[in-house]
Amino acid sequence: MRHPGDPILAISLEPRLTWRTVKNWIMTGLMVAAFVAITIPLIAILYSLVSRGASVALRSFPEFFTATIPVVSRRAGPGMGPAIVGTLLCTGGATLIAVPLGILGAVYLHEYGKASKFAKVVRFMAMVMTGVPSIVMGLFVYVLWTMKFGYSAFGGALALACLMLPIVIGATEQMLRLVPDHMREAAFALGASKSRVIVTVVLPAALPGILSGCLLAIARAAGETAPLIFTIGAATDYNPHLFDNANTALSAQIFSNATSSFAAAQERAWGAALTLVVLTFLLTLIARIVAARFAAKR
Amino acid sequence: MASPIDLRGTPNRADQAFRGIAIGAAVLVLLVLALIALEMSGRMGPVLDKMGLSYFTSKRWSPAEGLFGALPFLWGTLYTACIAVVLSVPISLFVALFVTQVAKPKWRKPIVYVLDLLAVVPSVVYGLWGVLVLAQPLQKLFLKIHNAVDGIPGLQTIFGGSPQGRSFMTAGVILAIMITPIITSLAREVIETTPQNEKEAAYALGATRWEMNRASVWPHSKGGLVGAVMLGLGRAMGETIAAALVIGSSIGQITLNAFAPGNSMPAVIANEWGEAGELHKSAMIALALLLFAITIIVNLVSSAIVQRSLRRGRGSL
Repeated sequence: MRHPGDPILAISLEPRLTWRTVKNWIMTGLMVAAFVAITIPLIAILYSLVSRGASVALRSFPEFFTATIPVVSRRAGPGMGPAIVGTLLCTGGATLIAVPLGILGAVYLHEYGKASKFAKVVRFMAMVMTGVPSIVMGLFVYVLWTMKFGYSAFGGALALACLMLPIVIGATEQMLRLVPDHMREAAFALGASKSRVIVTVVLPAALPGILSGCLLAIARAAGETAPLIFTIGAATDYNPHLFDNANTALSAQIFSNATSSFAAAQERAWGAALTLVVLTFLLTLIARIVAARFAAKR
Repeated sequence: MASPIDLRGTPNRADQAFRGIAIGAAVLVLLVLALIALEMSGRMGPVLDKMGLSYFTSKRWSPAEGLFGALPFLWGTLYTACIAVVLSVPISLFVALFVTQVAKPKWRKPIVYVLDLLAVVPSVVYGLWGVLVLAQPLQKLFLKIHNAVDGIPGLQTIFGGSPQGRSFMTAGVILAIMITPIITSLAREVIETTPQNEKEAAYALGATRWEMNRASVWPHSKGGLVGAVMLGLGRAMGETIAAALVIGSSIGQITLNAFAPGNSMPAVIANEWGEAGELHKSAMIALALLLFAITIIVNLVSSAIVQRSLRRGRGSL
C-alpha cells in the first residue's frame, strides 16, 4: 500500500532479501545437499570394501586369488581362485556371444533397416529387453539350456549374453549414427559393395566408441549374480571347462557367503566383493579412456 | 548392343550373406523375448494345475504343503519398489537440477563420474553392504522413527513396531541408492531439452532460478520426468540380489509396516531356488514370468513417455 509521501517509482536493481530470493537459496541448497546425499553411500561402500576387503585379500596374498574355496564355509582361510576363473569364463563367453551379434544387430538397424517398420520394432524391443530383470534371464536360460544340458559356465555365459545383447546394440547404433554419411558415399563411389563399405569403412570409424560401449556392457555383466545362480551351479574347485560341470563366480560366492553367520565366510565375501568391484571399475575406467580418446580425435 | 556398365550393380553373394546375418542378429532380439514368454509359460503348468487362479490371490506360500500363493510377493515387490521411488525421486531430481544448472561446467564431469560409479557397483555388493553394514544402524534408526511417530494414525502403521534390520524399508533404501543414478541421468537428459529461449524468457521477467525452473523447465519436462521415474520403478521391481539379501525373507506377510521383514518376487526366487522341488520350481518360474510381464508393461509405458517427451523437446527448438 502506497502512502502519500512515497516516491511513485522506486526500482532498485540491488538484489533484495525477499521470500523469493530466500526460497531460491533454499532450493539451491537442497540441490547441493542432494548431491552430497548420494555421495555418502558411495563413500561408505567403498570404505567398507577397502577396510574389510583389503585386509582379507592382502593378509593372504597372493593365496586369496589363487587358492581354492574352502569346502566348509566356516573354515577360515583364503581362496577365491576358482571364482575368479569362473567369472572370467562366464563374462568372456558372454562377450564372445553378445558383442558380435549385438554389433551385427546394430549394423542391420542403422545400415539396412533404418526407418523401416521392422527396424523400428526391433529397436523398440531391444529397449524393452534392457529392462528385463536379470533374474528372468537366468530362469529363461535355466529352462532353455540348464534343464537339458546341466550346470556349466556356458549356461551363465548365455544368460549374461542375453543381458548384454540389447546394451551392445544400443551403444553400437549410437556410434554408427556418428559416422558421417560422406564417408559411406566416398566408399560407394569407389565401387565398393555395401558389406565392404560397412566392414572396411563404417565399423573401423566407429570402433573406439563401440569398444567403449561394449566394455561398459561387460562391466555390468561381470557384476551380475542372479543370472548365474540358476545356471552355473556351485563349485569350490577350479573348473576351467566352459561346457562341462558346475562352476562358480565371484558374485555367486559373495551372495552365498553374505548371509553366513560365520566370520570367516563373511571375510571371504568382502575380499571377493573388493576383487569384483576393482574388476568392474577397471573395465569402466578403460571404457572411459577409450571414449575420451575417441572424442578427442573427432 | 552391350551396355558396358551396369549401374544397378551386380547381386553380390557375399553382400547378400552379410545382410542376411545382420537381419538374423536383429531377429534374435525378438526371438529371445518371444522364447522367454513361450518357454517359461510352458513350465508354469504344474503349479497352475494345482493352484488354479488362487495362485494369484492366495496369501499362503508353503512349499512343504505344496501350497503356493504369490500375492505376498507381489505386494512386497510393489511396496519396496514404491519406497525406493519415493526415497529416490526427490534426490534424483535435485541432483539432475544441480548438474544441469548449479554446478560449474568443469565440475560436471566429476559429478557424472560419481553417478556412473554408483551405477557400476554390482548389486550383490550393495546387498552385502546392506546386510553386514547398514542393517544394524538402520534398525536403531527405525526404532527411533517408530517411537517418534507412535500414536499418530497412519504413520504408526507404516513406521510400525518391532522394527527389523532386514525389512521392506531396508530393501527400499538399498534399491533407492541403486536406481538414483538411472533416474538422475534420464532426468538430466529431459531437463536439458528445455529450450534456451523459454528459460531466458523467465529470467527476463525477473524470475529467480527456482522460479525459472517452475515456470519453464517443469512444464516442459514433466512428462519425461514421469517416464524417467517409471523406468526407475521398473528397475527397482526387477532388482533381485540386493533385495534378496536385505528384505528379510518373511513368508506370506502382507503388511503396511515398512519396518517388518518382507519378501519380493525376485528375492523369493533367489533365496528358495537351491532347495526347491519340481512343483516349487514351477511356482517360482511362474513368479518370474509374472515379474517379466509387469516389468515389460512398466518399461513399455515409461519408454514411450520418455521418447515422446524427448521428441517434443527437440521439435520445439
